[in-house]
Amino acid sequence: MHELAVCQSLMNQVEQIARRENAECVTRILLSVGPLSGVEAQLLIDAFSIASAGTVAEGAVLVIEEQAVRVKCLSCGAESDVRPNRLLCGSCGDFRTRLISGDEMMLMSLELERRENA
Amino acid sequence: MCDTCGCNITEGNRHLIEGDGRLAQTESGREAITVLQGLLSANDREAAHNREHFDRHGVLALNLMSSPGSGKTRLLEETIAALGTELRIAVIEGDLETENDAQRIRDKGVQAIQITTGTACHLDAHMVHKALHQIDLDGVDILFIENVGNLVCPASFDLGQHRNITLLSVTEGDDKPAKYPVMFRAADLMLVSKSDLLAVLDDFAPEKAERHLRELASAAPVYTLSAKSGEGMPAWLEWLHAEHAAMTERVALGQTVRPAVQPDGQLMHAHAHQHGHAHQDHD
Repeated sequence: MHELAVCQSLMNQVEQIARRENAECVTRILLSVGPLSGVEAQLLIDAFSIASAGTVAEGAVLVIEEQAVRVKCLSCGAESDVRPNRLLCGSCGDFRTRLISGDEMMLMSLELERRENA
Repeated sequence: MCDTCGCNITEGNRHLIEGDGRLAQTESGREAITVLQGLLSANDREAAHNREHFDRHGVLALNLMSSPGSGKTRLLEETIAALGTELRIAVIEGDLETENDAQRIRDKGVQAIQITTGTACHLDAHMVHKALHQIDLDGVDILFIENVGNLVCPASFDLGQHRNITLLSVTEGDDKPAKYPVMFRAADLMLVSKSDLLAVLDDFAPEKAERHLRELASAAPVYTLSAKSGEGMPAWLEWLHAEHAAMTERVALGQTVRPAVQPDGQLMHAHAHQHGHAHQDHD
């Protein structure tokens, strides 16, 4: 359960940005997470309620975009959606593939309300 | 994580932030701020700092990961004994509690620092950084970082290591790479350990374990060995010598290297800076 550590790192980033933007509060946080990042979306959501308590993002909606696992074959060039534990080319079956999506663990954007007369 | 800004745009998510992509829009009248930063960017910065420190001292840093009880410490004990004075070793030990593992390593005559994480299930770059203050890296050729025994969490945290080594002991089941793809995908080398027990086990085939690893699109070498019997140890020791020689060459050229697969997919977006996303808070 390292999601709490990940979430605390997220909160540091959010608070830093909120300060920079002179935000009254953060209302929505959008993350992009892929299955191969090693982070579970639901555990992250559970951890968020703990990590955000008393911060500028308390009460914010945490939205997690779960990305599909997708590979590009280095042999035949085909792109295919695959399972996280089977990253073979869906077209020719070669194991020499490159992951093009599925290991994201990113803060994409924040929605916030600024202070008046900033 | 890219070194320039810490962002992580891949071919898979680029469309979300470009043109009229969903994330470019302001919703509900509030202000939307595009960030595009890895969630562990603070850890990754500290890991990069550790890596620079290793490079400056010409120390090859190897992160050892596996489930508890796969024989990481035993492998280190026998490796230290086998290398003798050929390569000088230091070890950082990660465990939830006790100094036991560090003491076992010290008994072999090399420096060992124990990190006790309390309840944390993994090492992070900050813990390793703190441990580095207690280690004299001058005269060290290889620093082993023995991570907390856990096949899940350690894979997500860059420590500044040059290579990841994942152990899979033959008592665990040869389908572990299929069950824990994030961990095994991160391996630059997979060691099938405790091979002396294969004789009494009828349900573990090293070639099956390797096949599951290949299904993760991994070309990492796989060595089957037993620290106890010594079987298979020469290939592992040869790998260490080759990696150390490569390290020495890199240092001479002022270059560095990172594990082949990064926890955040930085290899996938070498061209990410062609677009003009703005985020300035990279201190």
